[in-house]
Amino acid sequence: MLAALAIVSALCVGICVFKNESHGSLEKQRRSINVFNWGEFMSNGSDGLLNVNQEFERLTGIHVNYTTFSSNEEMYAKIKSGSVLYDVVIPSDYMIAKMVSEGLLAKLNFDNIPNVKNIMPNLKGMVYDPQGEYSVPYAWGVVGVVYNSQQINKPVGGFDALWDEELSGDILMFLNSRDAFSVALKKLGFSFNTDDKNEILLAAKELRRQKKLVQAYVMDEIFDKMQSAEALIAPYYSGDALVMMRDNQNLRFVFPKGTNRFIDAACVLETSEKKEVAEQYINFLCEPRVALANALSGGYSTPNQQAFEMLPAEIRNSQIAYPSDDMLQTTECYCFKPAEIGELMDALWIEIMVADEDNSIWVMPVFIVVCITTTISIGIARMRGRKQRR
Amino acid sequence: MRRKFGATLYIGLFLLFLYIPIAVLVAFSFNESKSRSYWTGFTFAWYNKLLHNHEILRAAFNTLVVAVVASFAATVIGTVSAVGVHFLDKRLKRLMTLLTNLPIVNPEIVTGVSLMLLFTFLKVKVGFETLLLAHIIFNIPYIVFSVLPKLAQMDKYLCDAAMDLGCNWWQVFFKVILPEVSPGIMSGFLMALAFSVDDFVISYFTGGPTSQTLPLTIFAMTRRKVSPEINALSTIVFVVALTIIFVVQFYESRKNKHLLRRNGS
Repeated sequence: MLAALAIVSALCVGICVFKNESHGSLEKQRRSINVFNWGEFMSNGSDGLLNVNQEFERLTGIHVNYTTFSSNEEMYAKIKSGSVLYDVVIPSDYMIAKMVSEGLLAKLNFDNIPNVKNIMPNLKGMVYDPQGEYSVPYAWGVVGVVYNSQQINKPVGGFDALWDEELSGDILMFLNSRDAFSVALKKLGFSFNTDDKNEILLAAKELRRQKKLVQAYVMDEIFDKMQSAEALIAPYYSGDALVMMRDNQNLRFVFPKGTNRFIDAACVLETSEKKEVAEQYINFLCEPRVALANALSGGYSTPNQQAFEMLPAEIRNSQIAYPSDDMLQTTECYCFKPAEIGELMDALWIEIMVADEDNSIWVMPVFIVVCITTTISIGIARMRGRKQRR
Repeated sequence: MRRKFGATLYIGLFLLFLYIPIAVLVAFSFNESKSRSYWTGFTFAWYNKLLHNHEILRAAFNTLVVAVVASFAATVIGTVSAVGVHFLDKRLKRLMTLLTNLPIVNPEIVTGVSLMLLFTFLKVKVGFETLLLAHIIFNIPYIVFSVLPKLAQMDKYLCDAAMDLGCNWWQVFFKVILPEVSPGIMSGFLMALAFSVDDFVISYFTGGPTSQTLPLTIFAMTRRKVSPEINALSTIVFVVALTIIFVVQFYESRKNKHLLRRNGS
């Protein structure tokens, strides 16, 4: 009896909660916007800094449904599926170009974004959005080489050092095809926006040669490995390099010539039904104090001139976080590549990752075939045994 | 004696293997620096930071709401269907058991993608509602799975006896069947709850802007360094789960003692 009562009451509670929740979220949807951003990329109040989304809610009464992604491709797949309704997204440069070409992004109405005047002039008219119609820069950084100056006695100039045989076993490398290929292409002196298949094949050869020297292919494990001097040299993003250098004074950072500058920018989706609110949100992101909080919590460079001037002097004057305009002139942005080039790179990358010099590629298939034949023969032997017993 | 030593050693290694990862996780939630390999000093700072991290807390809240509501709903639907399946004739029963077990064996990714395609086909925008629906759907088989054996254990004639004594079907259901199978319902509910909290793949495909759950949030954080706040949160979750298990165990053992005493007298 008691159990029955408990279950009935649980049922009631369940229905009530369900009703309330769905009702609540419907209510919220009426005055809310959906924001899709990189993970750990916005100040959320945990460092004693401004809680950006909460502040926006407080000022406007508009609820922010904030969700995060871990790669451009993941974000793109979600949006392309057509089953999600986002208003604001913050992709990277090449992805913006791709999304513009597919008509996924809406042209912005800059009357609603007066704060765009705070954006640094050197970030206007970038290749991914030449007219600046679709995006407002949110954060940027440069790819460079982090190395341990205590253990490496010779000067490190550029990506060449990542192929140095003397450093064999102490080298880390990017664990994604785009960044890894761009390092190899730059080392060979090509543009990483190349459409030339031969250049890409040469870069793949370079990466294969490098594999023997590489200790590990990493993304976020790089922090621990570099800080503890478990590895001595690695290519990485400038904002993250600053974080590493704060914990290990021996680390240095250099910009190879013509390296990659990446820009993540806020855009409004074409399918958004609340474009005006979305633009209001982007305008809010361009407010100096908001941009400042985001820059301080994320560690990436801010595109916001006003926020830049409010930064602590040691960051403002850092040549790593804010390199000179001359240096930035030499950098290159990722462009949107034709699909076949991207696919070729991915295929080559998988080949490089999978192929092990010591083991032939036949080991796995042969092993599987042996397993299958053994299973089948055991089955046959058993069936025979059963028949004989009969 | 020697054999006993071997057995203890085996159990010890076994438990060590199971719990070392959790021990490391708990230990590093108190580590002063962000490092995941070096111990620099003791601090509660990550717990404090966690309390101010709106993003993670909201995700944790979403996860909890989805898990509890979905498990409740699935428990109700699953229990009723289990009773229904139990009283079917033999061949239909076997077919139905097979059909309800299939989703458990089916890889999650297939369930997730097919649900996403269904929602896209129906032009439903994914969000909290679709996520909840998906969780209810994948939880139902677990409930049926754990209630059916309890029904099979039940005395076949109990229902007939109750009806002989004047119960109608509703009374039979609530006064006879439910109390008999309640342990199965409870364990099914807990299992569903655990699977719901845990789920990544299905939530990834069926969740939307209004419903990011904790596993998805943590995954999105891995591009950069995962903060020890996650260790702190996991420690809290672990301690809560541990407490629940202890309370349930304590309650059960007391109930058992009670029963023993009653039967003994």
